[in-house]
Amino acid sequence: MSGTASPEPKISVRNLNFHYGKFHALKDINLDIATREVTAFIGPSGCGKSTLLRVFNRMYALYPNQVATGEVLLDKQNILDRRQDLHRLRSRVGMVFQKPTPFPMTIYENIAFGVRLHEHMGKGAMDDRVEAALRQAALWDEVKDKLRQSGMRLSGGQQQRLCIARAIAVKPEVLLLDEPASALDPISTLKIEELIYELRQNYTIVIVTHNMQQAARVSDYTAFMYLGEMVEFGDTNAIFTNPSQKQTEDYITGRYG
Amino acid sequence: MSSRLTRLWDPLFKGTTAVLAYLVLILLVAICLALLHEGWAAFKTFGWHFLISKAWDPANNKFGALIPIYGTLVSSLIAVVIAVPVSLGIALFITELAPRWLRQPVAAAIELLAAIPSIIFGMWGLFSFAPWFSNYEPWINDHLGSIPGIGALFRGPPFGIGMLTAGIILAIMIIPFIAAIMREVFLLTPPLLKESAYGVGATTWEVVRNVVLPYTRTAVSGGIFLGLGRALGETMAVTFVIGNAHSVSASLLNPGYSIAAALANEFTEAFSPLYKSSLIALGFILFVITFIILVLAKLLLMRLERAQGETA
Repeated sequence: MSGTASPEPKISVRNLNFHYGKFHALKDINLDIATREVTAFIGPSGCGKSTLLRVFNRMYALYPNQVATGEVLLDKQNILDRRQDLHRLRSRVGMVFQKPTPFPMTIYENIAFGVRLHEHMGKGAMDDRVEAALRQAALWDEVKDKLRQSGMRLSGGQQQRLCIARAIAVKPEVLLLDEPASALDPISTLKIEELIYELRQNYTIVIVTHNMQQAARVSDYTAFMYLGEMVEFGDTNAIFTNPSQKQTEDYITGRYG
Repeated sequence: MSSRLTRLWDPLFKGTTAVLAYLVLILLVAICLALLHEGWAAFKTFGWHFLISKAWDPANNKFGALIPIYGTLVSSLIAVVIAVPVSLGIALFITELAPRWLRQPVAAAIELLAAIPSIIFGMWGLFSFAPWFSNYEPWINDHLGSIPGIGALFRGPPFGIGMLTAGIILAIMIIPFIAAIMREVFLLTPPLLKESAYGVGATTWEVVRNVVLPYTRTAVSGGIFLGLGRALGETMAVTFVIGNAHSVSASLLNPGYSIAAALANEFTEAFSPLYKSSLIALGFILFVITFIILVLAKLLLMRLERAQGETA
């Protein structure tokens, strides 16, 4: 199955196959991710949605037995090309993970660290960048008086927003969110969802979620995956109110998954 | 089991484990007191002078601990300075860089190195390494000896044996310990944390430097100090290669002495009570040095943690 979301896709996936060793985890995926919209990947555990997400910043390349074939075009450039500079790619495609992963450094440094890898700037400019990132992540008011404290001492929800701020600070074009709220309480989850809603104005967002209500709330487009295949992809409202595939309907009505 | 017995079981278990734990503490205090008691004659006779005197004259019953203390500290310091970067490299290679099939064999080889008895290192050091190394000591003289400031450390006779050789042998002996601990704690770093750092575009070195090392710093320094502790007390290997000369010299190529080597060499010939007491006092000093180094390590870690913003 393939789907086309908008005339100017940020990311185009063409005939993507992915293997973990001998295991065929993604089968002939074709998909367009729309610019400055939120695209959600849903599906039961092991369907390949996180795997697909990890192709977009080539995180899988850390592991020798993981192989992707096909094409993934970011602004028409194939990022699977072996000449692709991974550090440059990851500054353009930021990622937030299932669990908050603050670095073992201060709140300020957590954000400045990533920025410094790609840009040289003075202290004043860095202060501004850190503040802007924390404001965008709706965390500034809570941490502005304790920027020198360890990021690991924040609450789970705050840590996750710190991770989002950290990703934003590098000024990426795409944000990958891998079940960003799965380890958080309902109130923190709500804050993250509000944040995603705000961030779509500036970023192309791809979110993997187990939570179908969450996908329905935050996304413009939804892809339903099952056993490594893209079963259905389209407008979120259409997928949730009028799925064209029986499997999609079964999943979103809770008959399996 | 009757309910009464069940009720007794927990306190009994708690009591047993508590006794075992306290036993360690009691042993520690007992050993310390015994050393102090036996060494008291030396401390009483020479006072504080014992610590700063270079004398070691059994014939005239004049003893001072400065030379063995100096040798112990310097040889161990050389060992740590060499072993830490090497161990770091080994551990990083095994955990982050090596192809998967190579990791287990290299790790196993490192552990085997740790299983070699220290006397073997001593013999190898004396019969193989020292003669070979003495060929290169003139080179060290010529090249490192001319560096202003630290040059004096590397000017000396090409004996093969001496402080530097002892330090190198000690380094080889403690590398497996430090590398094994580093490897284990690097493996404990959550993959997600590392991926996050790669995710903002960091290189392997930047991930290690800024995330893995800070995250594991407590355990890594623990490993280093464990290695240092082992180097301080190492006896046989050092006795073979340090030269056993009662002299203190700026040059690392000159023979020296260490506390452990002094004890091993001289216990059998310590006929006068004051001689024997002086040797035991040396043992007590070694004990105290190790203790002080552990305390310093703890203080250093506390300061590091403050710098990282964990307490504030």
